[in-house]
Amino acid sequence: MDLTVQDMKNWLLKTNEKIKENKDYLTKLDQAIGDGDHGINMVRGFEKVAEKLEPAEYAEIDAVLKDTAMTLMSSIGGASGPLYATAFLKWTATAKGLETLDQEAFAKGTQAAVDGIKQRGKATEGEKTMIEVWARVNELVASSEKVTAEQIQQAANTATEDSKEMEATKGRAAYFKEKSIGHIDPGCASSNLLFEALAEVMKGNE
Amino acid sequence: MKKIINDPNQVVNDMLAGYTAAYPDEVKQLPDTTVITKKNAPVQHKVGIVSGGGSGHEPAHAGYVGKGMLDAAVAGEVFTSPTPDQVLEAIKAVDAGKGVLLVIKNYSGDVINFDMAKEMAEAEGIEVESVVVKDDVAIENIEDRRGIAGTILVHKVAGAKAEEGATLQEVKATAEKTITNVRSMGIALDSCIVPAAGTPSFELKENEMEVGIGIHGEPGIERKEISSADAIAEELLDTVLQDMDFTGEVAVMVNGMGSTPEMELFIVNKKVQAILADKNIHAYKTLVGEYMTSLEMTGCSITVLKLDDELKRLLDAPSFAPAFRNE
Repeated sequence: MDLTVQDMKNWLLKTNEKIKENKDYLTKLDQAIGDGDHGINMVRGFEKVAEKLEPAEYAEIDAVLKDTAMTLMSSIGGASGPLYATAFLKWTATAKGLETLDQEAFAKGTQAAVDGIKQRGKATEGEKTMIEVWARVNELVASSEKVTAEQIQQAANTATEDSKEMEATKGRAAYFKEKSIGHIDPGCASSNLLFEALAEVMKGNE
Repeated sequence: MKKIINDPNQVVNDMLAGYTAAYPDEVKQLPDTTVITKKNAPVQHKVGIVSGGGSGHEPAHAGYVGKGMLDAAVAGEVFTSPTPDQVLEAIKAVDAGKGVLLVIKNYSGDVINFDMAKEMAEAEGIEVESVVVKDDVAIENIEDRRGIAGTILVHKVAGAKAEEGATLQEVKATAEKTITNVRSMGIALDSCIVPAAGTPSFELKENEMEVGIGIHGEPGIERKEISSADAIAEELLDTVLQDMDFTGEVAVMVNGMGSTPEMELFIVNKKVQAILADKNIHAYKTLVGEYMTSLEMTGCSITVLKLDDELKRLLDAPSFAPAFRNE
């Protein structure tokens, strides 16, 4: 996987489309074990990202990531806003000056993102949060010899599906305790869309 | 969805514009933000008090901005925490050099966004402290408890303490003491509709009520058949009183969730007072009305705050906030 600046931009623009298509789905998931605003908030955030990235010219990967982070921080709100923002901001720091993102750099970035989400959200794997998806993708990319789009999509899908059987111990879903079991975590679902969008961009290159 | 709105995505901005127009002598909106501050912010020689959270809880939080209570309130989207950059603007606007106290309700979104803002403000050289209100006894584990109507009493006490000229650490300590001594619990008879979602957050049958409801239309702890006002008052208050020893003097608040008539709140209060008297708990101060709502949710919550001399003095101190007049 060698992602160019244009690929990164395409990835985030595609994410915006996917989030928009799945707005009601995300909201429905959040109504079951949260407060029902995840779809609305994610659409607002990624629409702003698209507005920011579309007309902009970037020379380096970190600039794309940083604009994404800052835009998400100031437009989503809730818990997911600062968590997504932190993920992209930590990733930014590992991609300084890069014109392409190879697999090793990608793994470094997602590792920093996972660490950032964990620290900011005071959560870890197994607590039914977006960390499940980010950590699974990171693990895959860090440990595979030559990762494919299909594998990334698979990893994200499986992690999202696995969140269904977990009991939430962090975030608003935690109020539901064992009643949270049987529902896909909305943060996993939106992260899944993000990595599905990435897989689609990669498939175009493969 | 039947609501008096224009564009579901503009409800917060439209509301804030209407709010500042209603109280032009008391408050102002910071340009290009969702922050409402006192008209004369930053007020010199006192600690600034900032609160906020998702919208949909009116009169919280902007209604509590005024002399004697908050210096600024930050409004997020409906039921969604405001973003760190907005909270940062509020902190900067009210800091008069004595530091700023953030009063946060215990939801992961609020805590994370306000924490980020706190770090950003500290990086700009402003002294910031925060307290997290967790008064909802419907949640067993005390650290996971949500912040609900008890938050208003924290605003009142912290605001009055700051008005007395106390230091940031002193204001924080008094706010913490209030949080330690306040408990709440609520029920809902009917759900609410987030404008941008368009559908009810949950559904209740004609004869059902949801016990242990939060203030975001999130389902509660137990769903059961609706009972009388007396039985509801008893169930809520008993759970609250079992959680800590309230012997002595208390402030009690019967709070409407948005669609419950005052008549019903007073009916609940009648029983509340009887139960308190029966248990030798003296209601030093009673508040009945809509203080922390959940859009058009039907229901109420009961809050009890155990008082000492300091808290009595601070509760009695003047407040000129539009939603909490105490002149």
